[in-house]
Amino acid sequence: MSLLDGLQSLGHGTLSMLARMGRAGLFLGRLMPSLDMSLRRPGLVVRELYASGVLSFVIVAVSGLFVGMVLGLQGYITLSKFNAVNSLGVVVALSLVRELGPVLTALLFAGRAGSALTAEIGLMKSTEQLSAMEMMAVDPFRRIIGPRFLAAFIAVPLLTLIFDAVGVFGGYLVGVAMLGVDNGLFWSAMHGAVSFRADVLSGLLKSVVFGFVGAWIAVFNGYDAVPNASGVSRATTRTVVNASLAVLGLDFLLTAWLFS
Amino acid sequence: MNSRTVEIMVGLFVVAALAAALALALKVSNLTGLEGGSGYKVYAYFNDIGGLKVGAPVTAAGVTVGRVIAIDYDPKNYEAKVTLLIRSKYNDFPVDTSASIYTAGLLGEQYIALSPGASMQNLKNGDQIRYTQSALVLEQIIGKFLTNFASKP
Amino acid sequence: MNSSDNSSSQIDADQDPPLVQIEGLTFRRGQKVIFDGLDIDIPRGKVTAIMGPSGTGKTTLLKLIGAQLRPQAGRIRVDGVDIHRLGGRALYRMRRRMGMLFQSSALLTDLDVFENVAFPLRENTRLPGGVLRTLILMKLQAVGLRGARRLTSSELSGGMARRVALARAIALDPMMIMYDEPFTGLDPITLGAIVALIKRLNDGMGLTTVIVSHDVPETLGIADLVYVISQGKVVARGSPETLQQTDSPWVRQFMRGEADGPVPFHYPAPPYLEDLMGDAP
Repeated sequence: MSLLDGLQSLGHGTLSMLARMGRAGLFLGRLMPSLDMSLRRPGLVVRELYASGVLSFVIVAVSGLFVGMVLGLQGYITLSKFNAVNSLGVVVALSLVRELGPVLTALLFAGRAGSALTAEIGLMKSTEQLSAMEMMAVDPFRRIIGPRFLAAFIAVPLLTLIFDAVGVFGGYLVGVAMLGVDNGLFWSAMHGAVSFRADVLSGLLKSVVFGFVGAWIAVFNGYDAVPNASGVSRATTRTVVNASLAVLGLDFLLTAWLFS
Repeated sequence: MNSRTVEIMVGLFVVAALAAALALALKVSNLTGLEGGSGYKVYAYFNDIGGLKVGAPVTAAGVTVGRVIAIDYDPKNYEAKVTLLIRSKYNDFPVDTSASIYTAGLLGEQYIALSPGASMQNLKNGDQIRYTQSALVLEQIIGKFLTNFASKP
Repeated sequence: MNSSDNSSSQIDADQDPPLVQIEGLTFRRGQKVIFDGLDIDIPRGKVTAIMGPSGTGKTTLLKLIGAQLRPQAGRIRVDGVDIHRLGGRALYRMRRRMGMLFQSSALLTDLDVFENVAFPLRENTRLPGGVLRTLILMKLQAVGLRGARRLTSSELSGGMARRVALARAIALDPMMIMYDEPFTGLDPITLGAIVALIKRLNDGMGLTTVIVSHDVPETLGIADLVYVISQGKVVARGSPETLQQTDSPWVRQFMRGEADGPVPFHYPAPPYLEDLMGDAP
C-alpha cells in the first residue's frame, strides 16, 4: 500500500510539474506580444531597471570583487607551484568571463531581484491589483509584467559585465598589489590569451540566456502564485530554487555548446 | 524617489556596465582576431602536428604574424594539412620559408614558427610551405632515447 | 405576492432594455456549481442589489459581468453586446465604460492617492496635464478626499481607501459601476458616507449601479431593485419593501439575520453523537 502511495505522490508531483511548465509556456506566449508597450513606453522599463538593476549593483559589484580576489589568491598559490604566476591574469580573467561572472551574477540576481519580482507580482495578484487593472481596461501583462520582465532580462547581462570587470580588478589587487606579480606581465598575458569574441562575448551570451530564463521564471511564479500569504511565499522560494537550477543546468549545456 | 533621480541612477548603471564592457574589450581581451580578408592563406603539410589547435599563433622571430585557421587530414599522403592565415602586412616571406611546430614552455600550447629562407620570390595566397618540421612528441623522444640506450653494447 | 409582481413589472417598464441582461448563466469551478441557470436583468439608471449569503459567488458574478471569467453556459449582454464574445480591444473599450469597486479596494500600492485616481486616465487617454489634474481633483472632491491627494496607500484607513477606489472607479466616467461588498468592515460614520456617496453618484451622474452585498439594512436603504440568490439561482426578486414582507421563509431568514432556519446553522455532517463516539478522522 505504501508503495502505491509513493507511486501516487510521484505521479501527482510529476503531473503538477508538467502542468506548471505548460502554464509557464502559455504565459510566455502571452508575455511576448505584450512587450510592445514596453517598447513604446521605455519609461516603464527604466523604472523597473532601477528596481532590478541599480538595486542589485552593490551586491553584484561586492561579490565580483571578492570572487576576483579569491581567484587571484588561489590561482597564485597553484600557479606558483608550476612557476607560472605570470599567467595569473589569464586564469582570473578566463574563469570570470567564461563561467563565474555569468553564473554567479545570475544566481545573485535570482536571489536579490528575482525573488522580489515574484513577491511583488504575487502580492499585486493577491490584493486584486491585477484584477482591478483589468477592470480599468489596462492589461497587466503590458503594463506590469512586460516591463518588469524586460528590465530583468536587460539587467542580467549588464550586471554580468560589471561583475567581470570588478572581478578582474579584484584579481589584480591581490595578484599584483599584494602578492607582487609583475604588473605588465599580468595584463599582457591576460590580453594575449583572452579573446573578446570567443571568451567575453560567449560569456555574455550565457548571461543573456540566464537573464531571459531567470526573468521568465520570476514573473511567471509571481503571476502563478496562489493569491494568499503562504502562496506568495512559496512562489518566492520556487523562483530562487527554479532559477538557480535552471541557470546551473543551462550553464552546462551552454558551456558544452560554446566552448567545445 | 522621484522619477528624475531614478532615471539618473539607471543612466549611471548603464554607463558603469558600458565602461565594464569597454574595459573587458580593450584591457582584458584582444579584439584583434584575424578574420578573413585581413591576410593571406598559405598551407603546409606536417607528418605529425602533436597538440596544435586551430587558433594557435604563427610566429616569425617570436613575433605573432598570423594564426592557424584550419587543420585537416589529407588521406592521399597521410599527412596533416594546416592552413595558416598571415597578416597582409607581413607579405614578404620567401617561398623557401620553413615552418616548425614548437611548444611554448614545457607543457604550454603549441604554435608554428616560421623561419624565412633566402629565395627572391615571396609566398602568395594559396602557396604551400614546403619545408616543415613536425611537432616533437614526448613519447617518441623517450622511445628513441630508450632504443638508442638499449642498442648500445 | 401580488404586490411584488406589480412593483417589479413597474421597474421593468421604466426603461428598456436593461443595461445588463444575464440569461441562463452557468458557471462551475471544478466540480462545484456556482451558478446554475441564473437570470438577472439590471435596469439602467437604478441601484440594483444582488444579495445572498457568503459563498454564493457574488464576487464571481461581478467578474463574469466584467468578462474576467468565462461562463460554461449562458450569456451576459452589457448594453446589448455579449461581453464574452468581445476580444482584445473591444473588450477593453467596454471595460472603460464599467467601473468596479473591489472589496479590498485594490489600490496600486506603489502610487499615491492622486496617481491612483489618475492611473486609468493616464493609461487610457491622452489628456494634457492641466485637464487631467482638474478632472482628478473633481473626482477626489466628489469623495471628499481632495486634501488627501499626496497620501500613500499605506497611510489610508480602510474607509478612505475605499473612497479613493471609488474615485478611481468613476475616473473614466463609466456608464455603470459595480460595488463588491462596499459596506463591510467600515465604522458607522464611514459607512454612512459610503452609502450617501453611492446614492449620490447614481442619481447625480445617471450611473447604473450594481451592488453585491450581504449587509441587509444598508443595501435595502439605497436599492431600487433587489435580487436574492442562493444555491446558484435567483430565489427572490423585487423592491426592498416587497422583499421585507415576503412569505418565503428562506428570504425572511436572510433579511432578518436569524441564525437557524431553512439555511441550517450546521454544515452538513453525520449525526453529532455518532461522530463523537466514532473514530473517523
